[in-house]
Amino acid sequence: MTTKAQQAAGRPLFDPSIVRAAVLDSFRKLDPRVQVRNPVMFTVYIGSMLTTLLFFQALFGRGEAPAGFILAISLWLWFTVLFANFAEAMAEGRGKAQAATLRQARAETPARRLAGESREAASETVPSTALRKGDVVLVQTDETIPCDGEIIDGVASVDESAITGESAPVIREAGGDRSAVTGGTRVLSDSIVVRISADPGETFLDRMIGMVEGAKRRKTPNEIALNILLAALTIIFLLVCATLLPFSVYSVNAAGKGTAITITVLAALFVCLAPTTIGGLLSAIGIAGMDRLIQANVIAMSGRAVEAAGDVDVLLLDKTGTITLGNRQASAFLPAPGVSEQELADAAQLSSLVDETPEGRSIVVLAKEKFGIRQRDVAALGATFIPFTAQTRMSGVHLPGGRALLKGAPDAIERLAADAGAAFPEAVSGFVRDIAAEGGTPLLVAERDADSVRVLGAVWLKDIVKGGIREKFAELRRMGIKTVMVTGDNPLTAAAIAAEAGVDDFLAEAKPETKLALIRKIQAEGRLVAMTGDGTNDAPALAQADVGVAMNTGTQAAKEAGNMVDLDSSPTKLMEIVQIGKQLLMTRGSLTTFSISNDIAKYFAIIPAAFVGTYPALGALNVMHLATPQSAILSAVIFNALIIVGLIPLALRGVAYRAAGAATVLRDNLILYGGGGLIAPFVGIKLIDMVLAACGLA
Amino acid sequence: MTTSTDFMQLGLFLLALLALSWPLGGYMAAVLEGRNHPLARILGWLERGLYRVCGVDPTREMDWKEYALAMFLFNVAGFAVLYLLLRVQGLLPLNPDGQTGMAPDLAFNTAMSFITNTNWQAYSGENAASHLTQMLGLTVHNFVSAATGIAVLTALIRGLIRRETRELGNFWTDLVRSTLYILLPLAFVLSLALCWQGVPQTFRGTVNATLAEPVVYEIAPGADALKTDPALKPTPAIATQQAIMRGPMASQEAIKELGTNGGGFFNANSAHPFENPTPLSNFLEMLAILLIPAALCHTFGRMVGDARQGWMLLGAMTALFLGFLALCWWAESQGSPQIAAIIGTPAGNMEGKELRFGVMNSALFATITTATSCGAVNTMHDSLTPLGGLVPMVLMQLGEVVFGGVGSGLYGMVVFAVITVFVAGLMVGRTPEYLGKKIEAFETKMCSLVIMVPLFGVLLGTGWAVLTGMGRGAVANPGAHGFSEILYAFSSMANNNGSAFAGLSANNALYNLLGGIVMCTSRFWTAIPVLALAGSLAGKKAVPTGAGTLPTHTPLFCGLLVAVVLVVGALTFIPALALGPIVEHLQMLGR
Repeated sequence: MTTKAQQAAGRPLFDPSIVRAAVLDSFRKLDPRVQVRNPVMFTVYIGSMLTTLLFFQALFGRGEAPAGFILAISLWLWFTVLFANFAEAMAEGRGKAQAATLRQARAETPARRLAGESREAASETVPSTALRKGDVVLVQTDETIPCDGEIIDGVASVDESAITGESAPVIREAGGDRSAVTGGTRVLSDSIVVRISADPGETFLDRMIGMVEGAKRRKTPNEIALNILLAALTIIFLLVCATLLPFSVYSVNAAGKGTAITITVLAALFVCLAPTTIGGLLSAIGIAGMDRLIQANVIAMSGRAVEAAGDVDVLLLDKTGTITLGNRQASAFLPAPGVSEQELADAAQLSSLVDETPEGRSIVVLAKEKFGIRQRDVAALGATFIPFTAQTRMSGVHLPGGRALLKGAPDAIERLAADAGAAFPEAVSGFVRDIAAEGGTPLLVAERDADSVRVLGAVWLKDIVKGGIREKFAELRRMGIKTVMVTGDNPLTAAAIAAEAGVDDFLAEAKPETKLALIRKIQAEGRLVAMTGDGTNDAPALAQADVGVAMNTGTQAAKEAGNMVDLDSSPTKLMEIVQIGKQLLMTRGSLTTFSISNDIAKYFAIIPAAFVGTYPALGALNVMHLATPQSAILSAVIFNALIIVGLIPLALRGVAYRAAGAATVLRDNLILYGGGGLIAPFVGIKLIDMVLAACGLA
Repeated sequence: MTTSTDFMQLGLFLLALLALSWPLGGYMAAVLEGRNHPLARILGWLERGLYRVCGVDPTREMDWKEYALAMFLFNVAGFAVLYLLLRVQGLLPLNPDGQTGMAPDLAFNTAMSFITNTNWQAYSGENAASHLTQMLGLTVHNFVSAATGIAVLTALIRGLIRRETRELGNFWTDLVRSTLYILLPLAFVLSLALCWQGVPQTFRGTVNATLAEPVVYEIAPGADALKTDPALKPTPAIATQQAIMRGPMASQEAIKELGTNGGGFFNANSAHPFENPTPLSNFLEMLAILLIPAALCHTFGRMVGDARQGWMLLGAMTALFLGFLALCWWAESQGSPQIAAIIGTPAGNMEGKELRFGVMNSALFATITTATSCGAVNTMHDSLTPLGGLVPMVLMQLGEVVFGGVGSGLYGMVVFAVITVFVAGLMVGRTPEYLGKKIEAFETKMCSLVIMVPLFGVLLGTGWAVLTGMGRGAVANPGAHGFSEILYAFSSMANNNGSAFAGLSANNALYNLLGGIVMCTSRFWTAIPVLALAGSLAGKKAVPTGAGTLPTHTPLFCGLLVAVVLVVGALTFIPALALGPIVEHLQMLGR
């Protein structure tokens, strides 16, 4: 997943241009109005200002400690703030770079506005920004589509690379599920009449830029909850440090020696204890999660949706394209009694010669493979094509002499036979049942004469389950995610494919209403549902699902109903989205654990240093044997600042993710981030202290 | 010092606790769910009669605000009555020893202390409370403050198991049922057992006995007199008479332990031979303190429909308890190197202990009484070794969740479990959920409040005391130990424990008033957010569990819960402890 995302982005984690911009931004973010949004870092910000004032006091008057020491602490507190700003700026920078590319596509273009809905209506040229919802425009070859809309007339090939990054043009046409066009894309051939569906500033491209830039980013529910917890910890530590001053004064009086703890040391202690690591990286983690999604070519309409993706319990997956290859293939001919297999194959091939559907072509291929029946020229045979219609639900050929060969769904052929008063062979009914039970689709072939109908047999159309999909579902099951296959097939067929693909459940004979009802039912059980869809009839279900991923190739209605749009229109993208959502939450949890377990070591550095003057016995707690009290406190503060920078790559990339049950994941992450968080600062603080001592600063 | 008998006793104690808590837990679940049980058939008329008299409709469900209001108003009324009683006890009957009314600040502190299940006593029971006060005032609150705890816990459990509703049950029925069917029967049985062991139970007052051997002693001059003339010498005196205090003790003693109240009839509490006469009474009292808090874990498991959840909570509490017990016992049996040097051999620390209980039973009692929010003592905590004294202090500072108060300990622990679920749940990549309920911003906010409020009480109270002359003046010991005494006092009050380091003369206006406020805030500003939490949880759908759900019954989760409790406590109190017991310990070792 990561590799694909990186390919898509093509941008290294520390791209020099982004880093440069981020450094500048970290200073810009020192604005108190920005700082106040993050309660943890805001307290550090106040601490930095306080120590700066104390430094000036020491410089010009009677300071509570040597000015140099206060300056060092103060500087590192400022660095702590700057590093947190830098982390956020880095995360935003990646989005901004992408937004800049998108903006070029949004540039103002002239549009040909029509007075009516027909091509011949009077037209005037207006700037694209003047277009409003409901206006009708004509777009011709090599013109940019001025705004989002729906094609009401015509068909065109459109270059959507500005949005999807995919260079192959796509076909857009009036009516059906391919009628939506996006502003900023270009018509390559033909001309279309488009009814505008969005006002300026509300187009898909605008929303995309907003999301990518994080401009409209609001804190997500889980982020808010975590912020509350971090704020509570911060308040506790603030109080711990504030009350330590009277405690220290009392102790100095009781012991009769030493001096009370200084404000500088208290500020340093507080900043070390406050969960600055997670506090400083929290917003970066959120932005980076969104960014990872963008790199997977998915645009989320809200951060909430990304979080919900991590919670999804049930995936509704369309059978076709996701679980099976798009087309069914003929795999056997099952002749009716009294018909030879070759005769059936011959008839099936004839009936399919003009049929350009994948199923039709696969029958021709199978007939050639099995019996060497060659491609024949339809015109030479004097045959005419009988197209498939929704009423007859059959297709085939008329042959000279009033003979016709027809193929179609079992019930259609059965009706054909019944209408003609012909017998329907019992054996063929058996084939139909057997094929369906095996997960295949039966297709019957019949011959119609002037007055009679003869059922020749069945063709076994088989769904081909995608390679590796079974393992994918097993992985999801381990993660506790249930997969439901959605298909229009009958229950027997669906059950067989479901078993072959290894999904947990299936919805057969699915209609938009049954899909919606299923989602509601699952949600009523308290589960979260994710699904993909592209058609207008998917819109209600997409809107109802907790995570609704609309295909970019889909209709405008589908895109508006969903809360994510997949620019690749890949049906398997849903699994990737779930992973990104989970990774986002895991990164938050792991860094919180890391941040809090860090505090133990910091106590061992600061407590003996702060009180050894009053109670020399407390020197025994200096287990790291730090050189001097000053170097001990400074080392803890420096470690606290540097760890933020050190963890930026982790925050941006997300913690390593693997599919496993919750208990296993918890154990592994606890050992790594809890245990690591406990030990790392002991090592880090000692090393920094050694460096300070070596430089003669201790 | 410690013999194998000590360990056998400990083993027996834990076995008895385990064996009794399981059936009791199931029984309490039946009571709280309003199911049919034998006692309901016997006492049902009384329950229904009470509802009729008080005009309570037992079938009416309350939402969290109504529930919280009923709980709070009930306690306000209880406070008012108790305060009045303490003030005018001199004018009321059943006062054979002629006790006078308490001073306003002391009465405020004492009333607050008993309604909040703290039972901090800034007075000596034998010198300050009439029999009527002991029975009608203090003992009644020993029952209802414990029942309040059970009621709030029950509402929280209902919040966890109910779905998409605002209803959390009825406070009055929860209160009546807990008192009538759980606390009263248990207290009745225990009182009889204690009477049998020799605890007095009488309305008669003090008797005077002529001493067989007169005792020669010295009367130390008062502090004020010493100020004017530091050279004053103690006056020698001879005692020939002894006043022996009596009263309705067994009835109060039983609920003092069962309700994790801890307010003794005597100043010496369970170290006094009348309150705790025999090894068996000591065993029973210790068992009684832990019994209900431990059994409530099983009640929790039964009510949420997954006994393993109860075992996990009990496991976390037991693990913390045994860890701290080991430290306390070890520190006490090591004693101090200074004494060892004088007597020439290592010896356990026996200062402040009853010889009849010895090191193990004293350390065990001290750990039990502070792990729970009981606060009864059979040994003087002020005289424990520095680390031995650190144990009770830390157990209180952890928020009284290691068994804790009746009901309140478990709801505190559940709050910690919610916080643990929050962090752990994120680590597995899902919005955290506990027992199927999603933990979101509101829950985090309430849980943070529950954890923060007692911490604030301890830190701010101690901070205030060391800043003021009145606060510092109450301290008897110099150096770091004086700081420990103040820290202990506020740790005890702000966590509704009620035990004390002796050596602090806490009966002055500022300790009384500030302490009263701290006790009140800690009790109600945790109980009310817990009810709000319950209300919010009840309104949610339940998420079915699956492989992706974080299991909350595993040893791993239990360990994590223990770690979270320890880390929150440690991070908050390490600096203060470093200036108190930790430095005392290091100094004792001669560092």
